Amino acid sequence: MKYELTCINCPIGCRITADYDGNEVTNIEGYTCKRGLDYAKTEITDPTRMVTALVNVEGTHVPLSVKTRSAIRKPLVFDVLAKIRETKIVPPVRIGDVIIPDVCGSGVDVIATENVG
Amino acid sequence: MYDVIIIGGGVVGCAIARELTRYKGKILLLEKSNDICNGQSKANTAIIHGGYDCKPNTLKAKFNVLGNAMFDKIHEELDVPIQWNTSLVVSFSMDDHPALVKLLEQGKQNGCRGELRIIDEKELREREPNVGSTACEALLVGSGGIVCPYEMTTAFAENAAMNGAEFLRNAEVEKLVKLENGNWKVISTIGSFETRVVVNAAGIYSDVFNNMVSEHKVHIHARRGEYYILDKKYKDKFHAAMFQLPTKMGKGILVAPTVDGTVLVGPTAEDIDDKEDKRTTAFGLAKSLREATRTWENIPTRAFITTFSGLRATGDTGDFVLGEPDDAPGFFNCCAVESPGLTSSPAIADWMSKEIAAKLNLEKNPDFNPIRKAIPKFREMTEEEREAAIAENPDFARVVCRCETVTEAEIREAIRRPVGALDVDGIKRRTRAGMGRCQAGFCTPRTVEILAEELGISPLEVTKFGGNSKLLDSYLFEEGKDNA
Amino acid sequence: MRNVDILIIGGGPAGLAAAVGAYEAGARDILILDREERLGGILKQCIHNGFGLHTFKEELTGPEYAERFIEKVLEYKIPYQCNSMVINVTADKVVTCVSKEFGLENIKANAVILCMGCRERPRGSLATPGERCTGIFTAGTAQKFTNLEGIMPGKEVVILGSGDIGLIMARRMTFLGAKVHACVELMPYSSGLKRNIVQCLDDYGIPLLLSHTVTDIHGKERLEGVTVAEVGPDLKPIEGTEKYFPCDTLLLSVGLIPENELSEMAGVKIAPTTSGAVVDEQLQTSVPGIFSAGNVLHVHDLVDFVSEEAIKAGANAWAYVQGKLPEPGRMVPVNMGFGVGGIVPQYVSDKAEGVINFMFRPRNVYRGARVIVEIDGNPVLNKKTLILAPGEMVNLDIPVEKLVGLDKAEAINVRIEVPEA
Repeated sequence: MKYELTCINCPIGCRITADYDGNEVTNIEGYTCKRGLDYAKTEITDPTRMVTALVNVEGTHVPLSVKTRSAIRKPLVFDVLAKIRETKIVPPVRIGDVIIPDVCGSGVDVIATENVG
Repeated sequence: MYDVIIIGGGVVGCAIARELTRYKGKILLLEKSNDICNGQSKANTAIIHGGYDCKPNTLKAKFNVLGNAMFDKIHEELDVPIQWNTSLVVSFSMDDHPALVKLLEQGKQNGCRGELRIIDEKELREREPNVGSTACEALLVGSGGIVCPYEMTTAFAENAAMNGAEFLRNAEVEKLVKLENGNWKVISTIGSFETRVVVNAAGIYSDVFNNMVSEHKVHIHARRGEYYILDKKYKDKFHAAMFQLPTKMGKGILVAPTVDGTVLVGPTAEDIDDKEDKRTTAFGLAKSLREATRTWENIPTRAFITTFSGLRATGDTGDFVLGEPDDAPGFFNCCAVESPGLTSSPAIADWMSKEIAAKLNLEKNPDFNPIRKAIPKFREMTEEEREAAIAENPDFARVVCRCETVTEAEIREAIRRPVGALDVDGIKRRTRAGMGRCQAGFCTPRTVEILAEELGISPLEVTKFGGNSKLLDSYLFEEGKDNA
Repeated sequence: MRNVDILIIGGGPAGLAAAVGAYEAGARDILILDREERLGGILKQCIHNGFGLHTFKEELTGPEYAERFIEKVLEYKIPYQCNSMVINVTADKVVTCVSKEFGLENIKANAVILCMGCRERPRGSLATPGERCTGIFTAGTAQKFTNLEGIMPGKEVVILGSGDIGLIMARRMTFLGAKVHACVELMPYSSGLKRNIVQCLDDYGIPLLLSHTVTDIHGKERLEGVTVAEVGPDLKPIEGTEKYFPCDTLLLSVGLIPENELSEMAGVKIAPTTSGAVVDEQLQTSVPGIFSAGNVLHVHDLVDFVSEEAIKAGANAWAYVQGKLPEPGRMVPVNMGFGVGGIVPQYVSDKAEGVINFMFRPRNVYRGARVIVEIDGNPVLNKKTLILAPGEMVNLDIPVEKLVGLDKAEAINVRIEVPEA
């Protein structure tokens, strides 16, 4: 399959094209530096994203900000968001507290990024 | 049962309401929108006109000159900010000299107060060093001034309410029925009311009500004007209101300081069909700017803080239509009151209230109190006054609008006063919160909170100007409710 | 009258770092004044990640980044006062502040650090024609509603301007269930980071319409839609290219303006190129003892650089209080040559010491260009770059010994040299 992507490492934003058969990335073209090459490989074979979101806090409609401790697999983003959205926490919570362990089987915890209570 | 029902809460309607409270009588004002001062009265040049440009022997000429003379008293009694900064009508070609002389003669004939003379280029440039390079002479109008039109309208309304007049908003009048007893039935969207006299101060829709009850038909069309407001940084650029020689369509593009310290540029004059069409247009804004550059070369376009448009209620006779038509006794018109309507409004109200009082044999109201104080403005206080204000009310220590230094105390008072603010624009007109250079970016969230608190509604129900003009959509998480 | 050594106006990223910088340099009598309920400034609402890579070598969210500095302020026991609005600053450094707790206070400071940040350009300043309906927000105001108050401003969104806040809000609104129809950018390039374009727009299939603008706004009460048109090289809309987008929300991300009302009250000279204070290499303004740092000085691209700058301002303010700041000497102007916009500092003392930091924004996108620093026409730095773009600041640290001839210099010139086609 043909892939087309924009490198995010610097303002050049190289348009990189490549082929991927589910096994190996080939014919990578358009990158300027090694960072671009690495980015293309990862972005095609195993793209990941950090997710930051808002979680419901008991007794108020003011939300608490949370994030995945590290990047999760990109296809999981909306599942993770849905899971966070249906979670409700009870204060107090400190930065770094685990809000949802191993969210959606990603192996990554959702943690608080601010203090409340 | 009312003695007088006034249709329309613009400056004319509110001024009449106030003047009528000098008499014993039951007065009701019906306003179709969410607030008073929501039509022509909020979107105009804010000039106290001298009266030189009205055609002699018209109602416009008469009431303009009479009204002009009443502003010092309005300032004194109602605490409305005014400045007698003079008006200058600038010409840009000596070929226009005869037209300027004609304007001068017309002003004299109309009985303009104060100084009225043509000044040469030298004097013009001494007075206004920043005037455009092609300016060659000007008519100086000593009785020209500026006023805050919102504060003026609000002041009339508040003082009227203090003295017993009732105000209902979101009350659109749909029909007027003449009853057998000679009274009127006023049918509105919030109910029907019986009254002895109806005052038609419905601005751009005043033709509709006249035409409902009288065979002397009036036609009003909307004449749109588009304006810019420039940052306070430029407040000293011009001292006087700088007019250009008038044209058939109006007084032309103006560059004028406002009492709030900003600079106003505009308006265009464009006849349009839709009386609700208050859009600004690329064409109109460009025209305003282009013509203004004769007065102010190199207008700093980066200094624009906002643009707006206003609709003038332009009648087909070219003059105001005032008073009781012979075929509709008990119905008093303030019809086609366009510019100089703001200047004329106190004189119209004075005259009309007397007419109505005479007709209804209303007695003088011995308790009438003409004094209304403005909401104390933190930004204008001395340090001692600020300390005292905070000591009395700690809400003065919380600045909500940082651009105009408006405090929570002022915002709360604007809501709590009689005929108080019900929406964000109402707060803006009464306190200037949100009118500064950031245009409410910073203060909106807090203003919404305060409105919700004071009105006892959800922040989601708070509107900018009533109706469906809600600012916010929904809570992410309803308090006490799970999203699962 | 209360007295403090160093008074810091603003408790956002700049103010916090300035306090930490001053403390670590030795100052103890410090006071931070902040108008909001909590310290942290705009970072409180920037709940996305991407902060602190430079400083902490990890990717933090805004609140986490702020907390690193707040913890230090608490650890050092640096006094701060929230809900306190400064309403005046004089040239002799008397700061007037109001708060519900203490009423009106005048505080005399030996040094003041201006850290008021910046604000967003509103709709009015764009003079976009159309109706005056609700549903038009600056991106930051919308961000405050969603992230701090838990309120959705709307559900069908168009974004005007592709600054980073606009891009971040495109993703946030998508995450919160809204539909973002397009991000419209007047210029032929985005001023946002490539990463944000990919991860905030491309990931969710949101089109970025470059060389387009909003030409009309529809909706008598609430916004109902916007007309978007392509613009030509003159940035004027091209007739016939109009397209209607139904939406109930228009978010504006069309620029930031340093908030210098207080600086001007104190008589601080403002540079038209940055809209911030004119400063020397010590970050001292035209008023002795008043320093400026962060987005109030010039709008930064990364918060890390705000912190760095403010730490320096804090240390310099303490040196000033002790009378140890190097003599200002003769001020050599820093001129902006081709391609250079908004340089800071605007002056360098001929007796400057240590490393001088220059920051500026390229005026356009330049590939393979050279950044050249000259003293009276003699190049003292000539650096090749891959790409320069207005969205990313150029940050040059030059040791003073490399600025050969500074002691006798008339001017320092910074310019960009574009390779010939």
